[in-house]
Amino acid sequence: MTALEVTLRAVAVLAAFLVLPLLVGQTEHKVMAHMQGRLGPMYAGGFHGWAQLVADGVKFVQKEDLTPAAADKRVFRFAPAIALVPYLVALSAIPIHPGVQAATLPASAVFVLAIIGVGIIGTLMAGWASANKYALLGAMRAAAQLLSYELPMVLAVSSVCLAAGSLSLAGIVTQWHWWWLAWQAPGAVVFLTAAVAELQRPPFDMPVADSEIVFGAYTEYTGLRFAFFLLSEYAGIVVMSFLFAVLFLGGWHGPYAGALGWLWTVAKAFAIAIVIIWLRVAWPRLREDQLQRLAWLVLVPLALGQLLLTGAVIAVTGS
Amino acid sequence: MTAYDIAFAALGVVATGAALLAVTTRHLVHSALWLVVTLGAVAGCFLVLGAEFVALVQLLVYVGAIVVLVLFALMLTRAPIGPSSEHTTSLAHRGLAALVGAGTATLLLAVLLPLAGGPVDRREVASGQLARDLFGTWVWPFELLSVLLLGALVAAFAVSRAVRPDTGSAGGTP
Repeated sequence: MTALEVTLRAVAVLAAFLVLPLLVGQTEHKVMAHMQGRLGPMYAGGFHGWAQLVADGVKFVQKEDLTPAAADKRVFRFAPAIALVPYLVALSAIPIHPGVQAATLPASAVFVLAIIGVGIIGTLMAGWASANKYALLGAMRAAAQLLSYELPMVLAVSSVCLAAGSLSLAGIVTQWHWWWLAWQAPGAVVFLTAAVAELQRPPFDMPVADSEIVFGAYTEYTGLRFAFFLLSEYAGIVVMSFLFAVLFLGGWHGPYAGALGWLWTVAKAFAIAIVIIWLRVAWPRLREDQLQRLAWLVLVPLALGQLLLTGAVIAVTGS
Repeated sequence: MTAYDIAFAALGVVATGAALLAVTTRHLVHSALWLVVTLGAVAGCFLVLGAEFVALVQLLVYVGAIVVLVLFALMLTRAPIGPSSEHTTSLAHRGLAALVGAGTATLLLAVLLPLAGGPVDRREVASGQLARDLFGTWVWPFELLSVLLLGALVAAFAVSRAVRPDTGSAGGTP
């Protein structure tokens, strides 16, 4: 691999990382608005307010970058980067077309899970360094939630890896058959639920519950650093949607996969992103005890059951 | 001197420096954050040596779960911003700790340095090979370790839920 190719791949991932979350954000504005009988942004940019998020970005850049006097300044300033960069790195390992991914790794499924797990440290740093009790409460809620939901997520992914006999995302898609939709369905439900919880999106938004703790760990942030946290949430939706499409929906499989495989992956991921947005509109916020109960008493047993089912089918068919 | 040598040396320096900072800093939470840097650098060392799966598990388990748990516990109890003096030990105590640490390090170096002669010996270990070793040759020690961890977990739970004779209530609930 030449230096030019490496640069090109990095630029491509960065471009996707900067454009796709904006697309998801704009979709959220419009889909949510129409589900609630509103129009959503209509003015910015002319056609159905397409430039609303660009305008928001310009607004964030103009705002003053404040650091609270009592804060631990270095940790406070560094936290948004820790929250944002893992998703950028995770995006680089996701295959979108046969042989097309920014970084080729033998165990990319484990890699993506490991990297996404690092992002929580950014939230913890933000919440602690803000010197604000709401921020600290939010960070602790986030940590408790992410620790609980990481386990069912890893179990659901390992079930698919077991089915495919591969730890590589591209290998999983290559092995995928349409009947996996039914075979891996419980795992898919577990993964989607755990993904929404990892992203701290409604109905799992206890850590940023606005009516209780202002905006959780991000309460004290302003301007660009706040925008980075928001961007990391939407980048997270993009990464999780692509992961779901690759793991459970067969990625590039579909008619004319040879030429249009990348389009299938993107379309499936986009459909999942809309489902994640839909969940925000459709469900009320879960309480902390309900959150933990759901993770440990429903999702973990379900994921273990799925693992058992996968193992049993493989043992019987002998593949 | 290959690129692997340079990468390994750089990661080693980062790991050692961050580890020293983790034990010398007066800021409790900074200490845990320096531990993140150390563990990340060690994962990088594994990666340079070709043990990709071990590196990723190091990241997933240690950085993603254990340090997060440490940070969580720190925040639950008391984690002031700025240096905390109540945990500062006496000069003699620190000197003794440094002596013990230096002694252990010297012992390890005396054993390991003669082995570390040539350039980085990179061996690609496939995940399948690792799994066969772990669940074939080493399956009994592996299972024994998991039973030990499970026992510790159950015991910790029992201790936290034990009924205290003086209050007559369960210790786990406030």
